[in-house]
Amino acid sequence: MIPFLALVRKDLRLFFSDRKAVVVGLLVPIVLASFFGYLFGGQKGNAETSKVSVLVIDQDGSDISRSLITQLAGDKSLDVRPSTLEAARDEVRKGKATAAIVIPKDFGRDAGRALFTGTGENGAGKPELSLLYDPSHNVELGMVKGILSGAVMQSVSKEMFNGSSGREMVNESLARVENNPRISADDRKALRDLLGGVRELNERQSREGATGQLSGGLNMPYETREQAITSGQGVEYNGYAHAFGGMGVQFILFMGLDVGITLLMLRQTGLWQRLRAAPLSRTMLLGSRTVSASLIAGFILLVLFSFARIVFGVRILGSFAGFVGVCAAFSLMTAAFGLMIAALGETVEATRGYSVMATLILVMLGGAWVPTFIFPKWLQRLTIVIPTRWAMDGLDGMTWRGLGFSSALAPIGVLLFFTLLFGVVAVMRFRWGTD
Amino acid sequence: MLEVNGLTKSYGKLIAVTGVTFRADRGETIGLLGPNGAGKTTTVSIIAGLLSPDSGEVLIEGKQVKSDTDPVKLKIGLVPQDMALYDQLTARDNLTFFAALYSLAGAQAKQAIDDALNLVALSDRAGDKVGTFSGGMKRRLNLAAALLHDPQILLLDEPTVGVDPQSRNAIFDNLETLKKRGKTLLYTTHYMEEAERLCDRIVIIDHGRVIANDTLQGLHKLLPVTNVIAIELDHVDGFNPQQMLALPEVKSAALEHDTLRVGVHDLSRGAPGVLRWLAENGHSYHHVSSEQPDLETVFLTLTGRSLRDSK
Repeated sequence: MIPFLALVRKDLRLFFSDRKAVVVGLLVPIVLASFFGYLFGGQKGNAETSKVSVLVIDQDGSDISRSLITQLAGDKSLDVRPSTLEAARDEVRKGKATAAIVIPKDFGRDAGRALFTGTGENGAGKPELSLLYDPSHNVELGMVKGILSGAVMQSVSKEMFNGSSGREMVNESLARVENNPRISADDRKALRDLLGGVRELNERQSREGATGQLSGGLNMPYETREQAITSGQGVEYNGYAHAFGGMGVQFILFMGLDVGITLLMLRQTGLWQRLRAAPLSRTMLLGSRTVSASLIAGFILLVLFSFARIVFGVRILGSFAGFVGVCAAFSLMTAAFGLMIAALGETVEATRGYSVMATLILVMLGGAWVPTFIFPKWLQRLTIVIPTRWAMDGLDGMTWRGLGFSSALAPIGVLLFFTLLFGVVAVMRFRWGTD
Repeated sequence: MLEVNGLTKSYGKLIAVTGVTFRADRGETIGLLGPNGAGKTTTVSIIAGLLSPDSGEVLIEGKQVKSDTDPVKLKIGLVPQDMALYDQLTARDNLTFFAALYSLAGAQAKQAIDDALNLVALSDRAGDKVGTFSGGMKRRLNLAAALLHDPQILLLDEPTVGVDPQSRNAIFDNLETLKKRGKTLLYTTHYMEEAERLCDRIVIIDHGRVIANDTLQGLHKLLPVTNVIAIELDHVDGFNPQQMLALPEVKSAALEHDTLRVGVHDLSRGAPGVLRWLAENGHSYHHVSSEQPDLETVFLTLTGRSLRDSK
């Protein structure tokens, strides 16, 4: 037991001997986690997101187009600015604006006609709104299209029920209904009643002022009530919990990588010869390294989550035992990962290269940078075999999701399985002779 | 005490050592002499249990090392060629750690550490970080780390590489003290003067094979000459040293720059004849001295190559 404890204590002393390295090693993940946490919703999930920059080119100049622009500008998600077609193309190409909406000449008139008849002037198709967009902002494009649809519907219907051009269009539409031989008698009567009703409403609004139900145009027939499902009633989502878990996973994996590289380098030194000359078993040499690396990993997680608790209010809302279990299992897995790197590595330089790549893949696919739900389906299925994914699920589950110990069992089990797998590979492939 | 029988070790097609055999008795210092890459470190690594031989055996007091944790390993102390210390820790912390590897703790460990620090004269620097030590001090501490568990056999793999003459002398003094205490030392080096100063017996190894194994006096007997006359000539133009081989006492003759080296068996009989021949043939000289052949000469004689320049 004396040699084993000495080996572990020595590793810990060496780790803490370079205090600057320890501080920097903790500071970097804290800074990154704070940044990512802020980006992904921040504390209580109420952080204001940046607005999508949208340019509008009004070639129509109608009441409807002006109303449409007002509607768009009133949306809290959009930053709407007027522009010209050339200037808009230039800004979108340079990435200064996400999208540009071109409202063509006669859009208001044609949209009004199309609202009741489905066709534009002289039976032409519906008028078109051109949307110029930055292809690197596909996600925002979908949002802009949704907001635009609602705004167009509201602006056009408002003019139809209240505006002067709306009266003209209703009259014109009535005349078209009367003169169109393809409309059956029953349909003609129904459309005549509908348009007559709209005209009557429009005239009354005009006489009495736009104060009725439809003074603002047609509205969406529903509203949404958003409710974040977290660990309990009234407990709000804290985006820092996931960010600190993710950065913790990333930097501990890098620490594991460092353990492997250090061991690989140690094998080329006199220290390794001295250790091997002593009456120590191979299990003790590798086991002590596993324990010391696990303790260091546990220390890093402890500092990170303590900081997150004190500064950002991140709490372990689920099982504390489950949290400790996930941390311990992930720490062991990382240590075994480091030993496997040392076992499989040939030269330090080559090993550093491929193990950094492997670590980054583990971090990325594990959802430490961005949540796995944004991955394609096939990739999401693939992440089931990625141990970091289970670590992230476990940490999320025990922190902000507030799940019980039973939910930690699967992550702990999978992480321990990978510990065993990496450990067996390390022991089987480790070259014990001196280089 | 230490028996090495027929050690062979290959790395693929490269034969590191083949048929290496020698023994070292209690209190004896054996020099393992050879150029870089001769197989010295491989031999030491096998004896220390770091490598397994392809064939052959190593016996420590008649017993083989059978496993990583075999108690027989307690009888061996290894001083690796590379510095085996943690720069970030103090000298005492380093020794405490290495003592713990041999299950030494508490008062027993403290005593062993104090003794080792005293031997290498580093007691006053025990609390300083090793990173602040000079190369010579690190070498001495490297030696101390191998003594903590009081091994009977000390394997020293080129323990003076890269140290200044003063530190080298200090290490030699330490080793002579250990020798007086009855320790068996196996000392690998490619410095002949170190082997000549320290070793009772010298095993010369080249290309993985033992090419000589004898006392210093015994090795000298292998030489065709026992004395060398060094003559600094005034002029060397047109001088052919091979002409001197016609003299009955002369066994070898070579010219290096303006120095003529002539090998003879008997200095008192050979020297007058050589000097007379030079005078009769019109070759003047301004300095004459005699040299004892050293291990370099032995190695040159045995291999045809210089020890330090051998590849």
